Amino acid sequence: MRVLLLFALSMVSVQATAATTLPVKEITAGVYVHFGKHQFPDSKNHGEIANLGFIVGQKCVAVIDSGGNPEQGSALKQAVTETTNTPICYVINTHVHPDHINGNSAFKAAGVKFVGHHKLAGAMAARGSYYLDKAADQLSVKMNAADLIPPDIEVKDSLKLDLGGRTLILKAHPTAHTDNDLSVYDEKTNTIWLSDLLFTEHVPTLDGSLKGWLAEIDKLEKQSFRYVVPGHGELVTDWPQSMQAQKHYLTLLLTEIRAAIKKGQHIEDAVKTIGYSEKNNWALFDEYHRKNVTTAFAELEWED
Amino acid sequence: MKYSKLLSAIFITALLPFAAIAAEDEKIWNNVLKPEYFAQQAIEESDNVIELEAPVRAEDPALVPFKIVSKIKQTKEHYIKKILVLVDSNPFPFVGDFEFTPESGKADIAMRIRVNSNSNIRAIAQTNDGKLTMTKKFVKASGGCSAPIGANLDEAMKRLGKMKFRLDGDIKVGEPTSVQLMISHPNITGMQMDQVTRFVKKAHFVKDIKVSFNGKPVLTAKTDIAVSTDPNFRFYFVPEKAGELKAEVTDTSCETPTKRDVCTKGDTYTETFKIQP
Repeated sequence: MRVLLLFALSMVSVQATAATTLPVKEITAGVYVHFGKHQFPDSKNHGEIANLGFIVGQKCVAVIDSGGNPEQGSALKQAVTETTNTPICYVINTHVHPDHINGNSAFKAAGVKFVGHHKLAGAMAARGSYYLDKAADQLSVKMNAADLIPPDIEVKDSLKLDLGGRTLILKAHPTAHTDNDLSVYDEKTNTIWLSDLLFTEHVPTLDGSLKGWLAEIDKLEKQSFRYVVPGHGELVTDWPQSMQAQKHYLTLLLTEIRAAIKKGQHIEDAVKTIGYSEKNNWALFDEYHRKNVTTAFAELEWED
Repeated sequence: MKYSKLLSAIFITALLPFAAIAAEDEKIWNNVLKPEYFAQQAIEESDNVIELEAPVRAEDPALVPFKIVSKIKQTKEHYIKKILVLVDSNPFPFVGDFEFTPESGKADIAMRIRVNSNSNIRAIAQTNDGKLTMTKKFVKASGGCSAPIGANLDEAMKRLGKMKFRLDGDIKVGEPTSVQLMISHPNITGMQMDQVTRFVKKAHFVKDIKVSFNGKPVLTAKTDIAVSTDPNFRFYFVPEKAGELKAEVTDTSCETPTKRDVCTKGDTYTETFKIQP
């Protein structure tokens, strides 16, 4: 009897894993977001940390970012299936970071096109083998080269995707958070999915160009949006108000690092002294701040 | 008793991965690197000749700043002639070898390197009497989203070959004076996944660096793909009078990231800097 019960229980748990559905929230008509937790990617969360989601049209669904591993990709796909009968036509990757693209293979199917910045394929090629090694070592996720799917459609400047009754405008940004950032604008609801061009609560992470990122923020700040979806953090409904913290942090890096370079300070000392007034304003500051200073310093020392 | 046994068991288990990695690293050194670079030669392990300063964790695998600090004076009679730097676990462990002269003033050198995974950074100094001394430091790899290639290679490519000298402080006549050499170069590793895309970039990196003051060599180096994008070195020279610092830097392209048998010679870039004490 006891054995039978145990057997029944284990069946239930297997069933539950197979049918995992990623929780999503409809933030406005037809726009669904899964909000990630502010954690450092590790072997416990398996890289499942980013905001992901999808937008539903009359003919097509566009998925925006596929997750931190193939299993999370499957759970997101399950969420789409449980939400609508409309088929997935597009998987948009907002940039190369593993928490946004590692779920791609879950969506591979006839009729599904992958979409990304024109520099995304190059970035995937350069970082791919390293990211696969790290997935095994640090995320306890088994992946192989087939899981990294480069875009079928590359966005050079901007591109319109017709989902049926709603049009998405994709924009390839100059180097900012990374050198392959893509934003997604939904005309119908005046929603922009900025992904990692915007961080709220979670400290911004710089892997592209500090000056480039500040320049993109300046342009975006002048526009008005009803809803803004960050790559990490809560939904923004007061644009550009909730973006000011990020702008302040990045501007502070710019000012303090320029001054340090002028004084002749070295990079290894700059990471210990610059920007610590921001420490209590952000989640994961200790995990990413020194890397941010390093990347920004290496960029700014070539000014003049 | 039982409790303490349990505790020590937990303690040992917790330590194991770290110890295992370090042991694995010694294996690479003993089985591959030592026979390759120092076959049959005796090497003393100590911090008496040089010491390494490196961060405990590589915050950015593309740019790990580290420093070699010399413990002996550079005199005509006794000086550090050469320092070899290796990152054991990197796909291509050779970072570079750096030759100094009595004119260098001090055989210190700071640089920025790529560290792919948990690894020892190892430096082996050879003094002019031929004696070899080794020191090492274990660096933990970082996690997160960054990769060991550089954030903005296109920008570095645009500035390719541009160089700058920077003095770190005042010029000290007749005394070792610190100077920084900045070289703009993407230092492309050539590591990539061809399955993902047709896009192919060969290894393309700074290979030779010669720095002289008034014609006398102060630093002569051979470097490789483990050096970060925009190679950056800080070292010493002795400005006994006014003169000119000169850097000649040559790059190369290689067919594969980890073999050096099929490479083509690249371009040479030159930069000079007037010293007025």
